Amino acid sequence: MGFITDLINYLCRPAILFTLSCVAFYLGLFPYREKLAKKSSLYTILVSMAVFILISMLNPTFRDVVTKPDNVPIVLMLFLLTFFCWLPLNKAVKNDKLIEEGKDVENKQEAKELVFTWPDLIFSEFICAIVVWSVLLIWAITIRAPLEEPANPVETPNPSKAPWYFLGLQEMLVYYDPWLAGVVFPTLIIVGLIVLPYIDVNPKGNGYYCFKDRKFAITTYLFGFLILWVVLIVLGTFLRGPNWNFYGPYEVWDLHKLEVLRNVNLSEYIFRFGGLNGGKLPDFWLFRELVGIILVIGYMFAGPVILGKTVMKSFLEKMGKPRFYIMVVILLLMASLPIKMILRWTINLKYIVAIPEYFFNI
Amino acid sequence: MAKPTIFETIKESQAWKSIFRHGAPSANARNRVLVVLMNVFLHLHPIRMKKSGVRMSFTWCMGGITFFLFLVETITGVLLMFYYRPTAEYAYYDIIALREHVPIGIMREIHRWGAHSMVISVWLHMFRVFLTGSYKPPREFNWGIGVVLLVLTLLLSFTGYLLPWDQLAIWAITVGSNMARATPFAGNEGPGAALLNSLLGFEAINAGSDARFALLAGRLVGEATLLRFYVLHCIFIPLVASVLMAVHFWRVRKDGGISGPL
Repeated sequence: MGFITDLINYLCRPAILFTLSCVAFYLGLFPYREKLAKKSSLYTILVSMAVFILISMLNPTFRDVVTKPDNVPIVLMLFLLTFFCWLPLNKAVKNDKLIEEGKDVENKQEAKELVFTWPDLIFSEFICAIVVWSVLLIWAITIRAPLEEPANPVETPNPSKAPWYFLGLQEMLVYYDPWLAGVVFPTLIIVGLIVLPYIDVNPKGNGYYCFKDRKFAITTYLFGFLILWVVLIVLGTFLRGPNWNFYGPYEVWDLHKLEVLRNVNLSEYIFRFGGLNGGKLPDFWLFRELVGIILVIGYMFAGPVILGKTVMKSFLEKMGKPRFYIMVVILLLMASLPIKMILRWTINLKYIVAIPEYFFNI
Repeated sequence: MAKPTIFETIKESQAWKSIFRHGAPSANARNRVLVVLMNVFLHLHPIRMKKSGVRMSFTWCMGGITFFLFLVETITGVLLMFYYRPTAEYAYYDIIALREHVPIGIMREIHRWGAHSMVISVWLHMFRVFLTGSYKPPREFNWGIGVVLLVLTLLLSFTGYLLPWDQLAIWAITVGSNMARATPFAGNEGPGAALLNSLLGFEAINAGSDARFALLAGRLVGEATLLRFYVLHCIFIPLVASVLMAVHFWRVRKDGGISGPL
């Protein structure tokens, strides 16, 4: 038993959990898509999730974290999300086949048929409302809304966590400074979503579930939502304890757990370990951080041009310059999160550009 | 002649006829048109719609559920406002009173779980709209309105999080708003603030004038923050959201109804 809990604790370490999620994401969306789209896969996944959670409830630490009233919605969301990821996948696989065979997609004939809103739509809306209201009532009766000690500005709880839907952003703070993780990235998510219809010029896949016609758009969106948002929320809620240290799902939240901080800036790599300038960091920030600044500028400005000339050439031709460059810049900024995560896990990189004098750390 | 049943008597009465000016919708097609057309609430809907758009497996009814939850939040929210005073002195104890002394004291529970559910249902609604490619022309603009509504939902939930005025509330808001301190150019610990100050020649951006200060009405989460968040939560954001929802629903219809295979 101890071996299994240790193994699960180990597998939940941020680097491993993130990598495993990415692997599962790739396998589920590409090689095993058709298998995953079967009903039996859905049942297997839902049952395994339920069994995992129920058995884990025997562990007091796990039970305490999962049954915190404000964490219950996340568990609910994970089940809903599993179902609502499977359902479109199932429909997409069916529609992809129909399109390949040159047939109409599901419900295409029905789209030409008109029905009266009363009763067809209004009744289903009414039933939906009743179901939601019932669930809400049962939930409200069985689980009390949390209320802790009265507000006390002097006593900081450890850990202090933002509301659960912002925990993905709080988790990003491990890798990026607040000005990026808390301000630039959220703004970017909103702007990116708003401009999405204007940069996605693919006319296919309008009004039906599909995958093959919109591989790139769907993969990117799903990666952003499932991996960079939901997985980080799960990580931030269930696996981060005091001092924002990592705690496995069965690991007791020990206030005195020590995490070795050995993160190093790029400039320190170059000067301290590279031995340049006699092993000393230059005093002037521009010289100190020059390599990092060049890297970042190169990534943001040369990156799009290089991509447009090489791997994404066909995109540039299809989309035209303005759309293409807007998309690539958003894409590169999105990719900068997993890139920084990997750099942190592999070479303990703290900042690529570190100018704490001006609060400018990347 | 048979004696009319009680239902028939009611349906023949002047009062009934003044409210429902048409016959039962089950009777004929004309009445099914009229029932939607004559009712201010139902006429949010079109009279007829694509058969494919009625399917729950296509829409998941997530937009509808989100709207329903917004209504639940509005009604329970108003009931909560009867008992709650947004001051540091009373807020916490009013919340306890809501649970202990108010009959059927689950109003706050419904409100809180409804809020969490609404965040989830908005995400799922957006997820569905994305996966069916429904943001594509001619619905680009409405997708943008939807994104703004998503942000407003999160802000509603965030501002409401502070109101119980317990440890969970103030520290979650403290952590959540700390990041505003790092806003480029507008936060006192953000990149560019020092540059801006030196350009202007005086300390324009400091802890007492930056973005976080504007959000919290102070350097810390305090009583002024509570009032500010209360007003935002109960009045400003719901108002803006209602207007945008009207636009959102209107545009769903004007952009060709629920999407479907063309």
